[in-house]
Amino acid sequence: MLSHWRQYLAISPFFLIFGVFSFFPVFYSLYLAFQRWDGLGTVQFVGLQQFRFLWDDPVFWLSIRNTLVIWVLSTVPTLFGALVLATLLHSVRRFKGFYRIALYVPNVTSIVAVSIFFGAVFSNNFGLVNAILGTVGISPVPWLSNPWLIKLVIALLMTWMWTGYNMIIYLAGLQAIPAQIYEAARLDGAGPIRTFFQITMPIMRPIILFTVIISTINGLQSFSEPQVLFGSNAANPNLGGPGQAGLTTLLYFYQSAFVNNDYGYGAAIVWAFFVLIMVLVVVNWRLVQRGRKS
Amino acid sequence: MTAVVPRRSSRQGGGGGRARRPKGLTAHIVLVLAVLISVFPFVWTIVMATNTTEDIYKSPPKLTFGSHLLENIRHVLDTIDFFGSMLNTLVVATVTTVLVLFVDSLAAFVFAKFDFPGRKVLFAMLVGFMMLPLQLAVLPQFILMSDIGWVGTLKALILPALANAFGIFWLRQYIENGVPDELLDAARIDGAGFFRQYWNIVLPMIKPALSFLAIYAFVGAWNDYIWPLVVLNDPTHLTLQVALAQLHVGHTTDYSMVMAGVLMASVPLVLVFTLFARGFIAGATEGAVQGS
Repeated sequence: MLSHWRQYLAISPFFLIFGVFSFFPVFYSLYLAFQRWDGLGTVQFVGLQQFRFLWDDPVFWLSIRNTLVIWVLSTVPTLFGALVLATLLHSVRRFKGFYRIALYVPNVTSIVAVSIFFGAVFSNNFGLVNAILGTVGISPVPWLSNPWLIKLVIALLMTWMWTGYNMIIYLAGLQAIPAQIYEAARLDGAGPIRTFFQITMPIMRPIILFTVIISTINGLQSFSEPQVLFGSNAANPNLGGPGQAGLTTLLYFYQSAFVNNDYGYGAAIVWAFFVLIMVLVVVNWRLVQRGRKS
Repeated sequence: MTAVVPRRSSRQGGGGGRARRPKGLTAHIVLVLAVLISVFPFVWTIVMATNTTEDIYKSPPKLTFGSHLLENIRHVLDTIDFFGSMLNTLVVATVTTVLVLFVDSLAAFVFAKFDFPGRKVLFAMLVGFMMLPLQLAVLPQFILMSDIGWVGTLKALILPALANAFGIFWLRQYIENGVPDELLDAARIDGAGFFRQYWNIVLPMIKPALSFLAIYAFVGAWNDYIWPLVVLNDPTHLTLQVALAQLHVGHTTDYSMVMAGVLMASVPLVLVFTLFARGFIAGATEGAVQGS
């Protein structure tokens, strides 16, 4: 042990900070989920009461539903679009570098800026989208007040931000496939579509699995988009817009913990949500794995 | 260098061995369309920021650049402490980046090249925590910060960000494959101690990996929203993202002013990104493909 003191010293800054600001807090929030506390008064142990309340809380389930709908609406086009774009980008020779940068740049902009932008463009009364629809005689669409359209706008925003990121990852995977394999397939008379499904897809499966898992973890954590998009509602900026249609689970957590100062309930929400994410990650993982066998 | 530009006339798709050229054209058309969608928000932000709100809300809206940019910018500066919050963000992002690079590379070097009791357990713990959503820790972190009186300070933003497990995970892989053991052995024989090996051999050899991590950490810190929103309660002491969101809250009608703020906040980052994009994208793919 002692002979390794330099090594332990070298990793200690990380593990000290990690312990204090990540490890301890995660378990402390699990502890909080079994207490009632407003942050000021006394901490009172209430057992599973928070979770029982959660189970009967329609707003919690609404937020879960919103989150899942937004996640599906954004992940499916994002990953599909990324795969299509990566395949196309892999097939061209010119301007590759330009395409990669131009398609990646949405991912490094801030969610706040993008959300404000989408709010302006999809504004019910004056937004660009409705103005364009107006010129071809379509009456204004209530993008930011219809419960489904609210989710659609948030999903579009996420799709815009994440397609390029996933495309780059797929492209790297495609480039790692040896050209001889394609050559052989071509000599055997396989067309482009057959080649794609019988060669590209099976080889790419681990990378697709990676992007599905990352998208599940990232996509379910949508918070800033609805918070900023509907933050202009001065009465309560954290309700997720009309009908709470944009209230994601994390936004509900934020509202419970930091607006209502209900720390115990906030902790219960975020832990229940974490379990849900893990379940979905495992389900997704299984699905992609099973696809391999068939 | 030859035969890349497809001939205009050929429109017969999928016709056997000759299908390559028209397919290239289709690919370019789709890619250009995707690029247009990808950059459109940036262009349109400029259009909105250079016009007056009346102009962009007119029907049909004004579609060209206007001449009101300076006026809108002045409006932004009157409404929020833009440069103050920009300076805060810059300080937080820079300090975080430098410290993350140091802390992570040191730990990654140890995990890559040394065997010591507990190595496997510690590393597994680190990777396991990489999977946890950060939000699990937000509430206790806030309680902790208020207990030690750091709420409202920039320290509260920097310190938690230093526990960047991804950076260690990623640099470790790079060091394992990119820094030969023989080189370290040779240095050891020449009498170089632990820290000298790290500073004089490992760090110079992993520069590409470090520059990727630097941009990754900087962009992450610059764009962070939920944590500064929670922990910075003093309206005169915000980061850029929170200040931007506040610009949006109070003045919903003056969109051209808000978009000028968005533009001012986005330009520096997009510039930095386009300057370093090649190395950054190469690094990002390396991490992702190896990590899978």
